[in-house]
Amino acid sequence: MNIKFNYIILFGIPGFILLIFFLGLNTNNKYDTRELVGNQINNFKLIDIYENKTITNLDLKENNFTLINFWASWCSPCRAEHKYLMDLKSQTDLRIVGINFKDKEINAKNYLKELNNPYYFLAKDINGKISIKFGIYGIPESILVDRNLKIIKKYIGPINEKDFNEIIKIVTKL
Amino acid sequence: MLSNIGNTLIILNILVTLIIIYSSHLSLKNQEVKISKKIYDLSLAQSTISIVTFFVLITGFIVSDFSLITVFQNSHIDKPLFYKISGTWGNHEGSLLLWINVLVLFSYFFLILNKKTLKNYRLSTLIIQNFLIFGFLLFLLINSNPFSLVFPTPNIGLGLNPILQDPALAIHPPLLYIGFVGSSIYFSAALASLITDFKGKLFATSIKLWVSISWVFQTLGIVVGSIWAYYELGWGGFWFWDPVENASLMPWFVMTALMHSLFVLEKRNTLYSWVIVLCLSTFTLSVTGTFLVRSGILNSVHTFANDPSRGLYILLFLSLMIFSSIGIFLKKYKKENYDFNANSKETFILINNWFMAFFLATVLIGTVYPIFTEVIGNIKISVGPPFYNIVILPLVIPFMIFMALAPNIKWIKNSLDNFLPLTIIIISAIFLNVLIINFFKPYSIQSSLITISSLFLIIHTLIDLIKCLKKKVNLDYSRIVSHLGFGLLVFFIGINHNFSIENDFNLKIGEKKIFENYKISFNSVKIEEQKNYKTIIGLFNITNLKDLSQETLKPEIRIYSNPETLTYETSIKSKLSYDLYLTMSNINRSDFYNIKFQKKPFMIWVWISAMMIALGGFMRIFKSEH
Amino acid sequence: MKKIILLFTIFLTFSNLILKSENINEIKIFKNIRCLICQGQSIADSNSDFAQTIKLVVKDQILEGKSEKEIYNFLIDKYGEWIVYKPTTNPQNFILWLTPYAILFIGGFIILVIVKKREKH
Repeated sequence: MNIKFNYIILFGIPGFILLIFFLGLNTNNKYDTRELVGNQINNFKLIDIYENKTITNLDLKENNFTLINFWASWCSPCRAEHKYLMDLKSQTDLRIVGINFKDKEINAKNYLKELNNPYYFLAKDINGKISIKFGIYGIPESILVDRNLKIIKKYIGPINEKDFNEIIKIVTKL
Repeated sequence: MLSNIGNTLIILNILVTLIIIYSSHLSLKNQEVKISKKIYDLSLAQSTISIVTFFVLITGFIVSDFSLITVFQNSHIDKPLFYKISGTWGNHEGSLLLWINVLVLFSYFFLILNKKTLKNYRLSTLIIQNFLIFGFLLFLLINSNPFSLVFPTPNIGLGLNPILQDPALAIHPPLLYIGFVGSSIYFSAALASLITDFKGKLFATSIKLWVSISWVFQTLGIVVGSIWAYYELGWGGFWFWDPVENASLMPWFVMTALMHSLFVLEKRNTLYSWVIVLCLSTFTLSVTGTFLVRSGILNSVHTFANDPSRGLYILLFLSLMIFSSIGIFLKKYKKENYDFNANSKETFILINNWFMAFFLATVLIGTVYPIFTEVIGNIKISVGPPFYNIVILPLVIPFMIFMALAPNIKWIKNSLDNFLPLTIIIISAIFLNVLIINFFKPYSIQSSLITISSLFLIIHTLIDLIKCLKKKVNLDYSRIVSHLGFGLLVFFIGINHNFSIENDFNLKIGEKKIFENYKISFNSVKIEEQKNYKTIIGLFNITNLKDLSQETLKPEIRIYSNPETLTYETSIKSKLSYDLYLTMSNINRSDFYNIKFQKKPFMIWVWISAMMIALGGFMRIFKSEH
Repeated sequence: MKKIILLFTIFLTFSNLILKSENINEIKIFKNIRCLICQGQSIADSNSDFAQTIKLVVKDQILEGKSEKEIYNFLIDKYGEWIVYKPTTNPQNFILWLTPYAILFIGGFIILVIVKKREKH
């Protein structure tokens, strides 16, 4: 009985560890914050680039859903996702708040003149500090929040067709 | 053509390996007293084939034969010759070939240098070692063949990563492989010893040399890796508790424990089972480390591209190794009676093992814990330097005290006759610490205790050295040198940690920054074109405001075109009393440059002490050759 | 006499063993934060954009008077536990922090047992 127990322990512990290693082989290694949903976004106060108005987190409660999109004129994947932003604006009542990340205002304005402006509100984040408060670590990145300011979805990288369809589904569900 | 030669040689090697296993198996059964010449010849042939195969691959790198996919991916027409050659083992496939060479050469030399030991023991070791060799040859042929072809033959090559073109990085893998791959031989010998009942003192003597060799080279490999990290990677540190570093450190802990336990087995003929466990664990940890590093399961700064299929194979191999060694050990295990007096050298060596087990457990748990949390709980966490430092550092204090006391304790039973000298040494250590704090600046209690215990070890060992020199007895220089080296290493790392000055700030060209008695002037920037990169060299003037001495430092930002990489070359001024360390990096879309400056006291003594540890091991190898 | 010298030195030592002033050390904090877009570098070592930005945010928070723990909690809230190198001491990490000490105690116990056996003879 005692000997059997020893065998079980001595074979079991390495066996367990090796099993975990095996299962670990299939996990994705690159870290991302996609899973970090469910929290509320912090209080913020942003100033619009075009008009002389401000927006705070409380203003977001007016709409069912808001998409906060982080972008810059010097970022090429941002161009790739731009048409989806335009479509979201025209096809739904989703409000898109844009945060222009570490960019020059004139370049940002030219970019939007060229590609059209999907933003209900456009703020600038010159040194990137505002984006950190939203948990951003690269661009483009987008956060979908509901009227209770809860983060529903995070999109790391440009929004693609799959993401676009997903947003449409969520936003038009009510 | 090289591909055909290479592949043929690998298959030939596999055949020879299988014949060796078979012939040895037959030889085990026959009544001959000596091992037949055929087996020696086969083993020599195996070594020759392995070496030639390796040279064939080197040739492929030298002549830039890009039809070989390994050469294509890891070399480049414009690479300097020295780095073309060292690039041979700087990649996964080539390094596996180096693994095999070490396995084979250790197998051969163990065979021919152990002629006075039991025939069956030697044959069994050979068989088991050749099973390991077979496993790796199979892995090489099926999954990671350096001679696989790419078609059509490319022209230029992909591998011009400048970070890898460094002399320290060139010798780092061979050193480590002689270390932890060399431990395979006493893994095999341990299993052979269990199977053939070749135990005790005789067994210890047969593996002593191999344990020492692997320990010395493992130590050197780790130190060279740290030196490379310090001079090349630009963060001013030399140990990051990165999974790859930990993978090389874990076998080192077991090797150290094993080296010390062998003394007990040899002198007192006990601790046999424990020595076997240590022998089996060393190579097991080596393969585990290789698995962790090459499978892609852990996130780290390493050069090998990661591939889960490799991971699967290595995991399978590891599982076979572990289960068969546990099985054989359990079957042959006989209970031993330990008869240790509390105040005896045997007990102190047990204490060494105890601490090594603790250090090993900490590093192992810290390294693999993130895998467990991810697989079981789907949570990703990081376990980094703060964890290891908090857990390990406090225990280094008693460890060094034991390290100082142990060598002078007698075997079997010691009498407490050296109480007064010990007290004097401790007081001297405490007093020196007081001086340091008073003349420079205070630091934490833990740092004080570490300084005191390292000084205790240093002074105690120096007194031993003087005693040795006086008596002119060739007592124990190797131990004195290694222990002294260790004490000095901890001491200097402590000084470095407590008195380093570092700062991180942004400057524009022409600006200066003043802090802590240093004025750093960012004078200008020079742009140069080199053969395969463009460089932006910053000219910095560092003035010590206390003694008005000046140094010029020239960090660089290098832009390589093939492949497009940006590297930051640190400017380091190494002197005996301190190193000055400056890194400059550009900030996108800004005129500012980010500057990191460090002054690190006695940095070079850290390397010297670490080398001393290895030197002691070397001395032991040559002493035992007499 | 010897005892007096011993006591005096110990007293001198302990009167000097002041705990290092607990001023917040920004570089220590930088070294504990992981760069999310790099392969295994802290933001102290990294030259990436992300590192530069986080450094600014941390510096601001230090000026606001936030403690080290508050800064880490802020970052963990935004980026997950992965971003700090020192694992949290939450219950889920108890195995991590305590198992090495468990092994230490077990080892010590084993040695005591081995040595005590001798005393019995």
